Amino acid sequence: MSGGVGEARSYEPVPAPRGVGHLRGTDSFPKAARVALDDPQLRRNLGRATRTIRDKRAQVVDEVDDWQALRDAGAALKESTMAQLPELLEQLESNVIAQGGTVHWARDANEANAIVAGLVKAHGETDVIKVKSMATQEIALNEALAAEGISAWETDLAELIVQLGDDMPSHILVPAIHKNRSEIRDIFLSEIDNIDPDISDDPRQLAMAARSHLRRRFLSTKVGISGANFAVAETGTLSVVESEGNGRMCLTLPDVLITVMGIEKLVPTWQDLEVFLQLLPRSATGERMNPYTTFWTGVHDGDGPSEFHLVLLDNGRTATLADEVGRQALHCIRCSACLNVCPVYERTGGHAYGSVYPGPIGAILTPQLTGIEDNPTLPYASTLCGACYDVCPVKINIPEVLVHLRAQKVQIKADHASVPSGEDVAMAAAAWAMSNGQRFSMAQRPLGLGRLLSRNRGGRRTIRKAPWPLSRWTTYRDSPSPPKQTFRTWWATTRRGGAQK
Amino acid sequence: MTRIGLFATCLADTLFPDVARAVVEVLERLDCEVDFPQQQACCGQMHINSGYQHQTIPMIENFVDSFDPYDVIVVPSASCAATIRHQQAMVARAEGFPELATRVEAVAERTFEFSELLVEVLGVTDVGAAYPHTVTYHPTCHSLRMLRIGDNAVRLLREVEGLELVDLPDADQCCGFGGTFAIKNADTSAAMVADKADCVVASGAGVCTAVDSSCLMNIGGVLERQGKRVQTVHLAEILASTEGQ
Repeated sequence: MSGGVGEARSYEPVPAPRGVGHLRGTDSFPKAARVALDDPQLRRNLGRATRTIRDKRAQVVDEVDDWQALRDAGAALKESTMAQLPELLEQLESNVIAQGGTVHWARDANEANAIVAGLVKAHGETDVIKVKSMATQEIALNEALAAEGISAWETDLAELIVQLGDDMPSHILVPAIHKNRSEIRDIFLSEIDNIDPDISDDPRQLAMAARSHLRRRFLSTKVGISGANFAVAETGTLSVVESEGNGRMCLTLPDVLITVMGIEKLVPTWQDLEVFLQLLPRSATGERMNPYTTFWTGVHDGDGPSEFHLVLLDNGRTATLADEVGRQALHCIRCSACLNVCPVYERTGGHAYGSVYPGPIGAILTPQLTGIEDNPTLPYASTLCGACYDVCPVKINIPEVLVHLRAQKVQIKADHASVPSGEDVAMAAAAWAMSNGQRFSMAQRPLGLGRLLSRNRGGRRTIRKAPWPLSRWTTYRDSPSPPKQTFRTWWATTRRGGAQK
Repeated sequence: MTRIGLFATCLADTLFPDVARAVVEVLERLDCEVDFPQQQACCGQMHINSGYQHQTIPMIENFVDSFDPYDVIVVPSASCAATIRHQQAMVARAEGFPELATRVEAVAERTFEFSELLVEVLGVTDVGAAYPHTVTYHPTCHSLRMLRIGDNAVRLLREVEGLELVDLPDADQCCGFGGTFAIKNADTSAAMVADKADCVVASGAGVCTAVDSSCLMNIGGVLERQGKRVQTVHLAEILASTEGQ
């Protein structure tokens, strides 16, 4: 699995394997969404938190005069990087090796987990400290390490809250966004040894408790594990962008550093970072600049880790890259701006998506990584309102990809079914009727029968109870009653044949 | 005189004929010649957005055949206008009908959402309407973020005699309709439209207006169910009104 530059490593692009990782939920999106929808406290937490971040973002984005030009530059850089991904990856590999690092290629979650577990065991260690990382959440590295007797300690505050609560992240940037202060205090009280039993839910007190809990780990653990926000191909430099500084502790204090990075995370040159380091913090936390940006290039005697391993993860990315429309999902820099503006995410929370990648970007990325048959409801988890596309710092046209994936889902379902579904039949019939004025006019007549279901309420006729599937509409709202006359009929009787004034 | 073809949309034709009638009335008041080609049916939006784009080619062909002869095409819906301008050609190309795509593009260039036609093409903001009510305006997602027709509707509403325009809180938030989203994700859709209805009520307006009948049907359905006295009325109907004049 690991090897030198230029070693043959071609394989058929395949989706992320089943049975490992956090890319597949147990329930469909509409069903999983009900958990949050039925929890008013959770909805208030989410509503307040997303509104705060999106207002902050809007403010700091407004102050940048060339924001749209920056977005264009980010999109163009990502597109050209994807077009030469194999060459750039090999350039990155040779530069990491030249600087004293080791590069491992993992075609999927299982391979990546095995590589990391093998490295930790080779050093005889049973504990690792972790920088917040989406890639390692995606492959469920912590669970894989636990199965090998290795404890992984999350050091990002929110990630720690999630881990201590035996929970799952529900947001890319703010993994514990679904928890409020008092819930966090309760988790700390039951999970942190020697914690002050009188601790309040004041954020500073909670942060200090986490700090003293983590400090012991930072000073004693020999192996650190991280993801990466960027990798610079021309120098072999890796980068992590963060707020707390705990990431930098993990990246600098241990003897051994292992970085697991999706193959799409690289940029060709240092200069390209100029664009992304402006786009990312403003889009993510709504800050002009994030507090900690760490870069490291290979290893250096007496300074930082003495051993560095880079694990390059595919896990469905090459398969995603093969789709001309869908591949733009790989441009994502994990800022979460699309989650914070999404009216669906705001109401369902992240767990409904069943993946570490929730929200609009998750709805297009997850089904592509797993293959659409494993996440068929995610592309429909959107009204196509377009708010996500407007804020995306690299201009991923999320609505376009959603519609594209819906077409794929319908096609795949039809290919696998022996009899067409009710929806397929209804849509085909509607398409036939709606392709021609005469047919449509005929089809409108029985719809007029809907008047029989309607009642006059305060001068307007509405329908309170419609038959399935429209019952799903009338469960929550009235439906208008069909009028006595369609516009078409009115026009034909009053205007056609010289009636026009 | 410019010959305007009215694409009523399948929804307004079937359920909201007053909206299409209002469009005719306003345009004729402005001395335009309006025609309704009877061959028209649907733009294909529901099929395209639900994953059935392979079935929409005959619908797109029918649309183009219906409206090819007109100098200008008017649509009282931002989402249908957006489908014509941004989706039909793309779908035709993806499904292997490049010639159809070219024809669509030519028609799409002459196709305008109603408020867009009035303000940006005809250069009119005062259409001689009177409507003595307190009104709040919901900018629909596709008018805001796909067509980007900005404040056309607001400019038109400001010129209506007797109309008091009040702000809608969280105006740019989606109402939760989303076509088949309202059926497939009924619970989430309901949560979204409940919040929108609350905002409409909080605005203090007696009437909520928009440029899309679909969104108004969604918002209005909830207000109706809740027994609220706020009405939902399409922009065209307000502009056609001469109430109290």
